[in-house]
Amino acid sequence: MSITRRTLLTGTAAAGALPLVTPLRHARAQAANTIRIGVLNDQSGLYRDLSGPGSTQAVRLAVQESGITTRGVNVEVAEADHQNKPDVGSTIVRQWLDRDGFDVIVDVPTSSVALAVNTLCRERNKVLLVSGAATSDLTGSACSPNTIHWTYDTWMLARGTGGATVAAGGRTWFFITADYAFGHALERDVSNFVRAAGGEVLGGVRTPFPGTTDFSSFLVQAQRSRAQVIGLANAGGDTINSIKQAAEFGITRRGQKLAGLLVFISDVHALGLQTAQGLVLTATFYWDLNDNTREFTRRLGRMPNDVRPSMVHAGCYSAVLHYLKAVEAMGVQAAKASGAAVVERMKAMPTDDICFGKGTIRQDGRKIHPAYLFEVKSPQESRGPWDYYKLLQTIPADQAFRPLNEGGCPLVRT
Amino acid sequence: MSELWYELEPFLQQGTLGLVNGAFYAILSLGLAVIFGMLNVVNFAHGAQFMLGAFVAWMLLNWAGIGYWGALVLAPLIVGLLGVVIERTMIARLYKLDHLYGLLLTFGLALIIEGTMRNAFGSSGLPYQVPEAFRIPPVDLGYMLMPAYRFWIVIVSLVVCFGTWYAIEKTKLGSYLRAAVERPQLVQAFGINVPLMMTATYGAGVALAAFAGVLAAPVYSVNPAMGANFIIIVFAVVVIGGMGSILGSIVTGYILGVIEGFTRVYYPEASATVVFVIMAIVLLVRPTGLFGRA
Repeated sequence: MSITRRTLLTGTAAAGALPLVTPLRHARAQAANTIRIGVLNDQSGLYRDLSGPGSTQAVRLAVQESGITTRGVNVEVAEADHQNKPDVGSTIVRQWLDRDGFDVIVDVPTSSVALAVNTLCRERNKVLLVSGAATSDLTGSACSPNTIHWTYDTWMLARGTGGATVAAGGRTWFFITADYAFGHALERDVSNFVRAAGGEVLGGVRTPFPGTTDFSSFLVQAQRSRAQVIGLANAGGDTINSIKQAAEFGITRRGQKLAGLLVFISDVHALGLQTAQGLVLTATFYWDLNDNTREFTRRLGRMPNDVRPSMVHAGCYSAVLHYLKAVEAMGVQAAKASGAAVVERMKAMPTDDICFGKGTIRQDGRKIHPAYLFEVKSPQESRGPWDYYKLLQTIPADQAFRPLNEGGCPLVRT
Repeated sequence: MSELWYELEPFLQQGTLGLVNGAFYAILSLGLAVIFGMLNVVNFAHGAQFMLGAFVAWMLLNWAGIGYWGALVLAPLIVGLLGVVIERTMIARLYKLDHLYGLLLTFGLALIIEGTMRNAFGSSGLPYQVPEAFRIPPVDLGYMLMPAYRFWIVIVSLVVCFGTWYAIEKTKLGSYLRAAVERPQLVQAFGINVPLMMTATYGAGVALAAFAGVLAAPVYSVNPAMGANFIIIVFAVVVIGGMGSILGSIVTGYILGVIEGFTRVYYPEASATVVFVIMAIVLLVRPTGLFGRA
């Protein structure tokens, strides 16, 4: 045998390391009146469809609609793939901020990466607008004067889906949790709700992230716990595989309820209505919610792979639109000089856009708007492509997010 | 239910489920071992070809109205033919060079195939339902409820693995193949078309991967990364089993599936790494692998 094992092992190591080397597009032109926006997210993995290139498209739309470029300000938008790895994300952001003079980082799904970037942006006094990441720590223990958490968070999901499930009689819970910052935060926030409502958490299992394909072992453990509710504290491809396999194992037919704590419209599309019907989920944006959201979807135009915009895409649009308003109000020079000053200005201005309506930004960096409890339609109810949700309940803005004094954010003056 | 039975139950459950994953590991590592054993090519595109099998099944259903059973035959043929084209146009040119070139070529192909599928279909994946015949309530084994389709996976993989092993080790064609590995010139001198045999072998190995892909479509999300998640583990299986050993890769595939299942109960966080820990131990104790010849 002339191939040595060493050759094979080298190759295997290369397979793991090679995807790290991805092209990074960035602009080089140096100009004092140029605002540089870096969209950092998952462009190739399990969160690509819910953020990915669609987020960049939404950011570009915001830049265009803000009209700021017609008034003498240059805006450059770049995108990069963090592959859901904090080290990769940090390297890109350091390069963007230290070498390329970027002013603002947008999106950053995957909570572990967002927490790392949160620190970097604070140290360098730049702006971070989080749309994709979920951990409520971004406005809690890890809150920063340079960060705004825009679209949703784990507390909101716990309040929405978790609260509704408890209210519907789900007293005992078992969690299947993605083993990283996001899963842990979501499990914690939902557990608090369950216990506060007099329920009980019977147990849970932490699944390796990323890279878990088979959830059957975990589902069987959940079944064995005899909990009334199996809480899926995961997202994207993990949620899709969990729900698909739960249906296969007939989990719900045996009386246990499945709570998908974070379900995106791209997940429902991938599952198909046959499998996804009846799921209850919480979101702050649905493309077919009202005339405004449909108008946004129309203006956004054709998305990669013909998906409809997720709440993460809408959040990127809304956040950048508001950011550019603040930049214009204070002047590009001042905005480039201090990220914290821009964020301070953004907090002082009320927000208003076609995706989320009127809203505010709180002292801890939490963007406030209503949340919606949806149920996934059955194939019979669906009238056409991407007609997936029906509205169950609107959670008013002042109740949708964690009360200001409960997050433990040091920025909050009491 | 007695106390002992309650303690024993998770073992049985995870062992049974582990067999299903082991079935995929076995078919995939078998394909790799066949290609490696006969062609001396480390086929890094194997995961991508597995994924293509699942996607072709989806395309057959949605674009041509051909269901699961048709796909089970057609998808391996189509992807296998693609493999033949790849072997003829690219891999065949590398036999005389260092083996690293073959590895790099197939790895590059895997990235291109995955990237293309991602651009075309996104990353979330596509729905593929369990075939009609298996849409019956899960089978009660006493200690768990097992979906009928997962039984089918285990059974069909055993048949395919045994069939391949038999074809290579016990038939005349298999003996030609094995002879061609040892002394290609001599076998050619006896009038056997060795290059054609190599091409057919690569095509068959690729078809095995695609077959596993069709099997996987109803249970896992059909997405461009589904092969990448498997392939690294499958390479570890091949190394543990002994490079190029057909029987070794089959047996190791099932065993590791089961061990991984047990890990999911007792230390779930480690379930993604346990295979590599075992690989390290096996390499220390038996550098040629469990079934490898020194």
